[in-house]
Amino acid sequence: MPITKRRRLVFRTAATCVAAALGATALAACGSEDAGEDSSGPVSLTYWTWTPGMDKVVDLWNKGPGKKDQITVTVKKQASGDTLVTKILTAHKAGKAPDLVQAEYQALPTLVSNDAVADIADEVGDAKGKFAEGVWQQTTLGTDSVYAVPQDIGPMMFYYRQDLFKKYGLTVPSTWEQFAETARALKKKSPDTDLTTFSANDSGLFAGLAQQAGAKWWTTSGDKWKVGIDDDASQKVAKFWGDLVKEGAIDDQPMYTPAWNKALNTGKQIAWVSAVWAPGTLTTAAPDTKGKWAMAPLPQWSQSENVTGSWGGSSTAVTTDSKNKAAAAKFAAWLNTDGAALQALAKESGIYPAATNAQTSGAFATPPDYFSNQSDFYTKAAEIAKTTAPSAWGPNVNVAYTTFKDAFGKATKDKSDFVAALQTMQDDTVADLEKQGFEVSE
Amino acid sequence: MTSTSRKAYGVKGAPYAFLLPATLLFLLFFALPIGYAVWLSFHKVKVSGLGLGSGARKEVWAGLENYTDALTDSELVGGALRVLGYGCIVVPVMLGLALLFALMLDSDKVRLAPFTRLAIFLPYAIPGVVAALLWGFLYLPDVSPFYYVLEKFGLPQPDLLDGGPLYLALSNIAVWGGTGFNMIVIYTSLQAIPAEVYEAAKLDGATPLQIALRIKIPMVAPSLVLTFFFSIIATLQVFNEPTTLKPLTNSVSTTWSPLMKVYQDAFGKGDIYAAAAQATIIALATLLLSFGFLRAANRRNKRDFGHGGAR
Repeated sequence: MPITKRRRLVFRTAATCVAAALGATALAACGSEDAGEDSSGPVSLTYWTWTPGMDKVVDLWNKGPGKKDQITVTVKKQASGDTLVTKILTAHKAGKAPDLVQAEYQALPTLVSNDAVADIADEVGDAKGKFAEGVWQQTTLGTDSVYAVPQDIGPMMFYYRQDLFKKYGLTVPSTWEQFAETARALKKKSPDTDLTTFSANDSGLFAGLAQQAGAKWWTTSGDKWKVGIDDDASQKVAKFWGDLVKEGAIDDQPMYTPAWNKALNTGKQIAWVSAVWAPGTLTTAAPDTKGKWAMAPLPQWSQSENVTGSWGGSSTAVTTDSKNKAAAAKFAAWLNTDGAALQALAKESGIYPAATNAQTSGAFATPPDYFSNQSDFYTKAAEIAKTTAPSAWGPNVNVAYTTFKDAFGKATKDKSDFVAALQTMQDDTVADLEKQGFEVSE
Repeated sequence: MTSTSRKAYGVKGAPYAFLLPATLLFLLFFALPIGYAVWLSFHKVKVSGLGLGSGARKEVWAGLENYTDALTDSELVGGALRVLGYGCIVVPVMLGLALLFALMLDSDKVRLAPFTRLAIFLPYAIPGVVAALLWGFLYLPDVSPFYYVLEKFGLPQPDLLDGGPLYLALSNIAVWGGTGFNMIVIYTSLQAIPAEVYEAAKLDGATPLQIALRIKIPMVAPSLVLTFFFSIIATLQVFNEPTTLKPLTNSVSTTWSPLMKVYQDAFGKGDIYAAAAQATIIALATLLLSFGFLRAANRRNKRDFGHGGAR
């Protein structure tokens, strides 16, 4: 029976292969446990970040100060924002998180609460003076510890089509009341055109607007968390936008869609409440309108105020899994406070630095290409950045943010009460905290 | 005699030896992960104090809490109902079209059969996310050429990303992508029907329509059952299409389908314990539904074709 024989041979080969493969996996698994504990010799660190061009900035370190101290950093490019938080937490569970991670400010409490990022107060405490107080406070969570070094910030601003504002006879609103009037006036003059849109797909925008109005979403008292998502300031903001959507004074379709790009590019939407990073987004979303936009401070809730919120921004943190925390902290401090590093970050990655002296440095002497018509863009931006309201993040921002998308998405679709949507957000956030076992005060 | 007994022993042990690699792989890559997911589903996290600093978070036994939470969660139930509505459109339309195309391709009068077959099958080769993105852009009034044409002719422009039409829009993507695959499955079994059956039917004076209805469809019933089975599973697991359309509209929530809710809880809210419980429930429901259907279909088959049919 030659056939049977051959078959048997095939089976045996397959079995051997599997055994070999299994053995190989086991060997590989054993082999990877080689990270040494010695911090005296050369140290190599891994850094998870989504910032474009970071490898070039890190090269400066590896060839300069890093070479002297024998600390080599390797960049591992990652997806941005929430996805990375999940990845860090998963890696930390396995005890294999990288040495350094990029983290958005609102994600820091979650990371700290999971014991994923280390307290580096002793190593980087001196850097405090280089940052605005409100920015630094986000990395300490109001404690004596320091959990990260601020990298970039996103102070919010008002962007508008200068030419179309002139064409429709509109003036740049300095209060939210005027903003609403402007939206209505535009609807009257050109019913097909919208001042802007209320988008339910980016929670950060609403959080920033609430922050400007004075909202404090998470605060602590003693051993208890207090959630204030439905506080008066947030309700005021929710009602304001809800009313505009209900009366049809502005559009209600989400941002970052092809339709949104087209609306910006063709002048169907003529303003955007955004942050300092808007030029980058506009460059790709509305390439044909380059040089026609201008930036102004965010409208205020009362004429006498001068505050802005922040939307975006991130920091560099050292993980608790790192075997070389001191070296990692040294790099984090260099990256975000050293003149040459910040210059490179601005040039290669296009970020707006958190370090105050860098905001007016050489890299920011000329306006972004897209705003070549506004020569004082960055001088103005630095002025606005100083007025950023303090933020108050808690350990389950992710829950509040996803609830925002669903609750406000539904309210926008149904043109129903935004304050009720805000209440849902509050209830879900509190319920999640309680479910996890946090103590929540009323 | 010793040689015989040795042989007998070898033969006895051989099956187990042959089974070993498969069993090992099954345990390692199937039973173990599922077991871990089930284990997770009976746990939860417990935070003490403010939850900051090390040791503030502990994994504790949760009993059936995650399961009762999932089953009483209106979003999960709502998602299941939405998927049910979606499936009621997708499955009949997709399988109906697949059968129709297969029968048409199998008829004697067909021209350009290989080309047509490929053309209908091609969408299946396009990744689900890409297909959803493509259709999503076509559904957006401001950028879609369809709407441009509708506007030129002064026709009404329905909002396909809202309310009832949203189900049609989502179903359309699935039907577009899945019809070709199901058609090939049915077509292949049509090709396997021996020619003499048709000859006999023709001699008896059957028209092509009668041949299709009385001979072809009953004879490909097993592949219809198979495609139905696959379609039910695919429907219960719908994720790509609504997830891709979500950023384009306010009408698709992050928890539109049960699997999206699992994803959202695991990676949006970071609660893998609740997600594991929901995943277990969905897996059980899928198993019950699909195998329940398969059993019912088999029983019917046996009754109908019990003796003469299965030759």
